[in-house]
Amino acid sequence: MTLPEGIANQVVLEFPSKPENVAFARTAVAVFAAQLDFTLDELDEIKVAVSEAVSNAVIHAYGDTVGTVRVEAAITTGGELILRIIDRGQGIPDVAAARQPQWTSRPEERMGLGFTFMEEYMDAVDVESAPQAGTRVTLRKAPARAPIAR
Amino acid sequence: MGDSLIVRMEGELDLKTADAFKARVRAELAASGRIRHLILDLRGVPFIDSSGIGAILGRCREIREERQGRVIALAPRRPVRRVLALAGLLRLVDVAETQREALAMVKEGSAVP
Repeated sequence: MTLPEGIANQVVLEFPSKPENVAFARTAVAVFAAQLDFTLDELDEIKVAVSEAVSNAVIHAYGDTVGTVRVEAAITTGGELILRIIDRGQGIPDVAAARQPQWTSRPEERMGLGFTFMEEYMDAVDVESAPQAGTRVTLRKAPARAPIAR
Repeated sequence: MGDSLIVRMEGELDLKTADAFKARVRAELAASGRIRHLILDLRGVPFIDSSGIGAILGRCREIREERQGRVIALAPRRPVRRVLALAGLLRLVDVAETQREALAMVKEGSAVP
């Protein structure tokens, strides 16, 4: 297996958009991320961020049907963790609004905190979404005590 | 102690488990109009995310607004405590380190008219 340029290691997870797979995804990603020099706090932060991104896909992407959620986790040769959480669902109509703190399309449930946690706990969050095509959330984080080699 | 509901929680609180927590606490509250305070024993909870926060927040509203009571988080572990703080939940929930302390807090809360 040839790795893409700049990628030191990578894993891919694919699973049905079921709530019971959220714990699997965050735990698997945290175990993979532990190959880098993350602190326990940082690994906990990664778990929360993955949990939020995957929960969003499970709740919003496919309505009442079950679709596929794909999680790509990579470690760059520079020592950064890059995560992509991908669905092929209905997309987020207004990404900017969805990223506002407290915004939620289903009030009372998660109070729109998902993106707040992702943004607070990761170094960078990028959301690409297209109606009826799906959503791709990219999360990046490098261990604070081991700065990325540039 | 008759006006406090102590909920001993075990396991991760996320999308999969938040509904069961919500339903259980709701049922307990509905069964007893005497309950004013809610003590959430979080010692056995290693993980929480926004789904768990949403479930706790809903119960906070019910306790604080409808029953004028207090919600106490008992000994949340470090990752859970950080998420509670980040979510702003510590404005609505007091943290106690022991059950004795939690009970003293609600007792003192009850004394306030």
